Amino acid sequence: MRTDLSINGEHFSLEADPRTTLLDALRHHLHLTGTKKGCDHGQCGACTVLVNGRRINSCLTLACMHDGDAITTIEGLGVPGQLSPLQEAFVEFDGYQCGYCTPGQICSATAMLDEVKAGWPSHVTEDVNDMPKLTEAEIAERMSGNLCRCACYPNIVDAIMDVAEGGHK
Amino acid sequence: MNIRFKFDEPDTRHRLDQMSQDIIGKAFDRPDGPMKVSGQATYAAEWEVDRLAHGVLVRAPVARGRLKSLGIEAVSAMDGVIAVLTGERFLRVPAQGTENTAPHQGASDIYYHGQPVALVVAETFEAARHAAHHLALEIETSGPAPVDPEASDTVREETDRSSQGDLDRAMAEAAHTVDVTYRTPGHNSAAMEPHAAIAQWDGDELTLRGAYQMLKFNRNELADSLGIPAEKVRILAPYVGGGFGSKLGISHEGVAAALAAREIGRPVSVVLSRQQVFETTIRRSESRQRIRLAAGEDGRLTGIGHEYLVSNLPEEDFAEPVAQATPFLYAGEHREVVEELARVHRLLAGSVRAPGEAIGVTVLENAMDELAEKVGLDPVELRLRNIPDVDPSSGKPYSSNRLADCLVHGAERFGWDNRNKEPGSERHGEWLIGQGMASAVRVNMLAPAEARVRLSPEGDVTIETDMTDIGTGTYAILTQIASEMLGIVPDRIETRLGDTDFPPGPGSGGSWGAASTGTAVFIACEEIRRRIAKRVAVAETDLTLVDGHAITDNRKIPLPEILAGVAIDVVGELEPGKAQKARRQATYGAYFAEVAVNAVTGETRVRRMLGVFSAGRILNAKTARSQCLGGMTWGIGMALTEALVHDARDGHLINHDLAEYHIPVNADVPQIEVDLLDERDDWANPLQAKGIGELGICGAAASVVNAIYNATGVRVRDYPATLDKVLAGLP
Repeated sequence: MRTDLSINGEHFSLEADPRTTLLDALRHHLHLTGTKKGCDHGQCGACTVLVNGRRINSCLTLACMHDGDAITTIEGLGVPGQLSPLQEAFVEFDGYQCGYCTPGQICSATAMLDEVKAGWPSHVTEDVNDMPKLTEAEIAERMSGNLCRCACYPNIVDAIMDVAEGGHK
Repeated sequence: MNIRFKFDEPDTRHRLDQMSQDIIGKAFDRPDGPMKVSGQATYAAEWEVDRLAHGVLVRAPVARGRLKSLGIEAVSAMDGVIAVLTGERFLRVPAQGTENTAPHQGASDIYYHGQPVALVVAETFEAARHAAHHLALEIETSGPAPVDPEASDTVREETDRSSQGDLDRAMAEAAHTVDVTYRTPGHNSAAMEPHAAIAQWDGDELTLRGAYQMLKFNRNELADSLGIPAEKVRILAPYVGGGFGSKLGISHEGVAAALAAREIGRPVSVVLSRQQVFETTIRRSESRQRIRLAAGEDGRLTGIGHEYLVSNLPEEDFAEPVAQATPFLYAGEHREVVEELARVHRLLAGSVRAPGEAIGVTVLENAMDELAEKVGLDPVELRLRNIPDVDPSSGKPYSSNRLADCLVHGAERFGWDNRNKEPGSERHGEWLIGQGMASAVRVNMLAPAEARVRLSPEGDVTIETDMTDIGTGTYAILTQIASEMLGIVPDRIETRLGDTDFPPGPGSGGSWGAASTGTAVFIACEEIRRRIAKRVAVAETDLTLVDGHAITDNRKIPLPEILAGVAIDVVGELEPGKAQKARRQATYGAYFAEVAVNAVTGETRVRRMLGVFSAGRILNAKTARSQCLGGMTWGIGMALTEALVHDARDGHLINHDLAEYHIPVNADVPQIEVDLLDERDDWANPLQAKGIGELGICGAAASVVNAIYNATGVRVRDYPATLDKVLAGLP
């Protein structure tokens, strides 16, 4: 079936099996392989993309459900030479090793910072009536949907904190 | 030209310290970073290949049996289905690290629940997956198929035994003894990139894009499995999404993809599902470990016993070398190491990050904690008293051993003196607080390696080797070695990895990659320096190379001027020699952890963790630290959550995905601190560097579990220390 997708500001007309997940549409049909498949079950976060600005696991949604949606993948955040602040910070703080979970981490962090700015509380927020403060614990909690087996978590927290504090503008 | 170097004598020249580029050891950003953070790095299944068909493997649902029929009729008419394959070239199990020949093959003889027996190939992944679910396998079960390593009817073989002195007597005569049995469960590597391959034939030549750690061996394994000459196989793996042992040897997907691609005359991609990674690749064996420690009044060890039971499939050689570090870590003249291997029909047991020490040192370090309490000695002091002057088993000197420095420095940095001295006595609200520590040790190895370094007439450098970067930092450290030796800024160096067309090395495994292939690059660079020196008529040792210039006799000459249009192309070849065997070589460290255990639920949170390590010269402070962070985090997982659970009836893996097998998430891990001691190990290699990729896990879990004891008074001897086990003993 046909689905019209807007990905990184570009229009794609996808003709695919209705069983095709958004993740597989990106990887197999549009050759946007920056979005990774780690589990295909919404357990690891490697496939995180932004749909209308919000982070989702692209393996848990069918491509045909996103007709007209604005999708941003890692390729839309920045490219070598023109990296986004978070991408630069991940390089500087070594917030990755093998790199496979990394696009998902960065997409997730991009939306997460917006969630904090919008005042969304998390499980570890001290006072849910107040604007959340972006502590290390807040970042760790909010990024726990993105697994990293190389286990760069401390570096990921540092990279995100750096950007939140105005680094890599 | 090729320059061969055999490493027989310790290298005391410390050449890297004499160079001027000042990049070796620095926290240099990975050159592959921008590609990885932007999603441009191409992993195995991500190459754009025309007419690509998709294959999905089908698993056997029995522990032991014979495949009678695939039941193809149910799927052959489905839309998009191209072919269904099975056969005796399918792998029964993946290859072990450095196996170099085909592992056991054959799809019809089923050895474990989950063994891949067929591949469905279709136009799309969706069609292949759907058909794979509908294949009506006909399997005749056979038995018996023991799946429990400790069951009475399971076959157990004694596969290794070594002893010195009389441990029984030492135990009988000791002032203090510990005789404890611990159990550790199986573990899965759970690299984030599932095993994947794209196979493409051009006539009788195969190009396989795969996820592998050791291409030199993988190429031979693949060729042997397919029954073709190795020269006909090219493997490409420039980016690998983690390995941790699971990609040391070839696995099912590569062979199946190659067979299918040849059959249908089109390229085929096969990617394991996460469940298949768990059920069909490798596991770290579970273990039962009995540790006996005999010590005098002062805590000095007189004897150590380490007897362990691990498991593997029938006919498989690998046994987790649990006691690998036991013979040389601590003093004690009476020793006994016994290895037993149980034959069970669970998936293949193989190397998972630091096979042996990861669980063996961990349990030894728990037992040492128990001994410290019996002797009434500070756990740090107990270890300091038991660091031998020479390897007590072989009598060989250590190449270097800074365990004492790691312990002392770590204790100070962590504030060990302020720890809770009485188990279960420090409570803040509903949280019990405790601290624990453990030593780290991992054997160090060197392996034959080759690398090409080419200096262009313009002064640009290209490095080529089949070495892989599985997240370990190979791109960075090889670039740094060449940059330092040749005085070329890293921007003008291109490191190309993961292609069997390049000179071969041992790959990533056993923490030997950086030292081995790094030395091959070093050898090539030394020769290039000699050639440059000759051109400017100075001794090579008097040649200063920096920022693309040679400095000699107060003249600064740009390299292109010296090269005068000529490129220098050298392949460095390392042959490990007598230096490796002349000394006991290992890396060392110490962990300190602080935990909070919930007095109501038994939940443990790691609040602080410090690792201090000595591993020879650190080639890159940033990537080395990250490797240690990773290892220590694995230690947290081992201590608290990770455990493979097998069904008691047919051995099938109950928790075969990331929702059920719990690796640590970001919130489980504090801002771990890592200190790397400055060290040069002249016996290791001319870089004076040792492996660091595995050291961080070798004992890490013990520091956490020892901290749980300190917090609660509960000794968990059955890993992991989940809530139920802690809760049962809380006051």
